[in-house]
Amino acid sequence: MNDSLHKNKSLQLILGLLIGTGFGFFLQKGGVTNYDVIIRQLILVDFTVVKIIAAAVLVGMPGIYLLQHYGYARKHITKGSVGTIVIGGLIFGVGFAVLGLCPGTVAGAVGQGSLDALFGGIVGIIIGTGIFAAIYPKISSGILQYKPFKYETLYEMIGVKQIYLIIFCLIAGIAFLYGLEYIGL
Amino acid sequence: MLEILTQETWSPYVAGAGIGMLSWLAFLLSDKPLGCSTSYFRTFGIIRKIFYKKGMDENTYYEKYKPEIEWQWMLVFGIIIGAFISSVLSGVFEITWVPDMFAARFGNNPTLRVIFALIGGILMGFGARWAGGCTSGHGISGTSQLSITSILAAIFMFAGGIATAMIIYVVF
Repeated sequence: MNDSLHKNKSLQLILGLLIGTGFGFFLQKGGVTNYDVIIRQLILVDFTVVKIIAAAVLVGMPGIYLLQHYGYARKHITKGSVGTIVIGGLIFGVGFAVLGLCPGTVAGAVGQGSLDALFGGIVGIIIGTGIFAAIYPKISSGILQYKPFKYETLYEMIGVKQIYLIIFCLIAGIAFLYGLEYIGL
Repeated sequence: MLEILTQETWSPYVAGAGIGMLSWLAFLLSDKPLGCSTSYFRTFGIIRKIFYKKGMDENTYYEKYKPEIEWQWMLVFGIIIGAFISSVLSGVFEITWVPDMFAARFGNNPTLRVIFALIGGILMGFGARWAGGCTSGHGISGTSQLSITSILAAIFMFAGGIATAMIIYVVF
């Protein structure tokens, strides 16, 4: 674990900017900074978004596992409950379809010149997070805690070794993507 | 070699694999998962601080995510720059107000499109903070770690998105 690197605040700002620049570059090249590509995914006629997320997860998963296994990285898992993911997820989804971009790709859309993403999307998301903060004290010990998940991870829940589940996910994920291509999506 | 950079689009698998490798770097070099939505909240906090100096810390949410520019804020700013570079290199950078599919469905009206984007953005920002993450934080970083919360959150995000997009574009 490289703690001195992690604690170097100004260097971390530069690293954030560089990794973000790479992220934006890949999102734009992948086509998902376009409203049309996102909407075509959500009406299930073009699977570009799913393919990019699946490829990112299938590449990210074994690498992050190895980094964590050999002590070069920590786990970063957000705890949740039925109350957070069902309500939050569905509200997010409605906004996702109405805006036609997500919090990452909306920034990419601005970079390629979409002013609706800037003056509508980004401004809206900022306001939306502020509204959430305003109600947070009223819901933080209530609905957000409704049925918290007992386990953090899928491998703990089903009781298998992490590495076996990762190998299974890689095989299943590649088979899924082959299947998508096979049926022409 | 350079033609790769000027190509308009890459295979989604190549773009996705690149993002997966960036997630390694984020974990290794910065001890952070790739995520975006808290940066918007920090921006809200920074703007709020300008107008509302007293009573800042009564709400614990501003304690949890302090109004400051940090790693993830720079990440989101970087996305704008990266997409700008990519689109300029391939010659697709263009100032636009109304996406093609939106124009075909609702007409080429920038005001209407901005109203839609604003409402969608408000719902998405609200929902992302409620769910504790967005398509990148839950969908990519959390799912890569096989987090139950993240996998289920991503499923509900897409379920809501598919249902709403179908209503907007297919049903009516």
